[in-house]
Amino acid sequence: MLDVQSIDCFYGAAQVLRSLSLRLEAGEILCLLGRNGAGKTTALKAIMGLVRVRSGHIVLDGVDLTKLAAHDVPRHGIGYVPQGRRLFSELTVLENLKIGLMTRNAGPEVLDHVLTVFPILKDRLKQQSGTLSGGEQQMLAMARALCVNPKLLLLDEPTEGLSPAMIARIRQSVLDLKDHGVTVILVEQRVDAVLPVATRVAFVENGRVTATMSVEELGRNRHAIDKYVGIGG
Amino acid sequence: MTARIVLLHLAVLLLLFALQFIASDYVILTLTRIMVLAVYASGYNLLFGYSGLLSLGHAMFFATGLYAAAIGTTRAGLSVPEAFLAATLIGVVVSSIMGVIVLRARGVGFMIVTLMFSQAAFLTVLYFGDYTRGDEGIVILDTIRIFSFLGRTIDLTDPLLRYNLALALLAILVALILVLVRSRFGHVLVAIRENEDRTAMLGYDVARYKFIAFVISGTLSAVSGATYALMFAYAGSTLASIQYSIHPLLWTLLGGASTTLGPMLGTGVMFLLVDFASGFTNVSLLITGAVLIALVLFFPKGILGSIRQRYLKWLP
Repeated sequence: MLDVQSIDCFYGAAQVLRSLSLRLEAGEILCLLGRNGAGKTTALKAIMGLVRVRSGHIVLDGVDLTKLAAHDVPRHGIGYVPQGRRLFSELTVLENLKIGLMTRNAGPEVLDHVLTVFPILKDRLKQQSGTLSGGEQQMLAMARALCVNPKLLLLDEPTEGLSPAMIARIRQSVLDLKDHGVTVILVEQRVDAVLPVATRVAFVENGRVTATMSVEELGRNRHAIDKYVGIGG
Repeated sequence: MTARIVLLHLAVLLLLFALQFIASDYVILTLTRIMVLAVYASGYNLLFGYSGLLSLGHAMFFATGLYAAAIGTTRAGLSVPEAFLAATLIGVVVSSIMGVIVLRARGVGFMIVTLMFSQAAFLTVLYFGDYTRGDEGIVILDTIRIFSFLGRTIDLTDPLLRYNLALALLAILVALILVLVRSRFGHVLVAIRENEDRTAMLGYDVARYKFIAFVISGTLSAVSGATYALMFAYAGSTLASIQYSIHPLLWTLLGGASTTLGPMLGTGVMFLLVDFASGFTNVSLLITGAVLIALVLFFPKGILGSIRQRYLKWLP
């Protein structure tokens, strides 16, 4: 489905991604794990076209995304929920969702579907999104990304700053997305938040993927977590 | 669009129509000026209130329309309708060219670049005094302002006709702005104002939307400028100065940014305030300033913006 082929990205003169490669099959939940500054977020931004890929290719179902403008990437079926959620905080929940729906001229059936995945938002449609709790804002950010009807969803630290109860709900939402046929790339630093949902884990270190393993393998190889993330699970 | 929104706007326009039967000549003249300048303020609001782009150079577009109409009628031999059309088209061209250049900047950079270009335009008006008559300005003779159009004689020296033409222009503008801001286009502009990067991530070509908003805003400013010159028979350099870039910002802030009627209300309130204060003191701007500070303190989102926030959530 997605094939990231040896990409190099730079911020000015500083190289952030060094020949980073990834492969992702439809229906997977791939988690990118790594320390701060390892290049996880930049990898997502590169997929979205928000950071220029200087060499290498990113191919989604045969389409080379590196040749597209950033605003054209979501039209090929990729949703992105950046770190910090970045809602349109002055707008209501419904207006936030409408902005997402309009991207692909989606009708009310898509909105109904999104509200099925995130039922908590049903009661909050007229509420200003900036007044939602952190967890609700995260769900709205994910719901809005879902409005573009993505086949691939990129989630950057969706559990950041949330309570354990809310983390559990977000985790369940990610599993629901998988059940609805959405493939997910999840960036996380919290290993405990990842293991119950991910199908595969890729460790990112110094701008490249240094190891990839299934969650089952990771469970048997806990020292990998110490090695790549620097904390115990 | 909900019925009450349409009714509200219709009621405002009907009220303005009815005022001509009871108002004095002076009030008619003042209201005509306010309506013409309200077109300018509303065009500005589309860019500032809805798209979040704070321009400090819109006098350049107002002056474009103003001088295009004045020079068109007095030097190029165009009739009033031809000059108006030419001024509008020149407004489209100038705002398109400027849009390509200035929209490369964001935030404070955008403000500074628009201010610089506007000042350059102002100095150009003074420099090419042979054509623009510099500080003195261009006076359009009454003989030019009485013309034949579609088999009828139009007399722009007639205050009531001017009033109704200004009202018609305002009505067209109100309809246009209402349709625009409630359309997909308007929603995307608001999203850009709220978070430009996030909007791009959702798949919108932010640069294209900003450019279109800029061109519409600049063109409406030019239309207002052209109307001003033709209705009040004058184009002067003070109307191209920085003061006329700041005015629409103040009017919009006062009435309520990102409200459809706010800029009109703001223009009216500010006009009447200055008029009232100057009636009994020569430090009228001091009183105007004090009132503005009070308004900002008690209505931080502008008059209609605050009313919407507190009472009428449906107000567009």
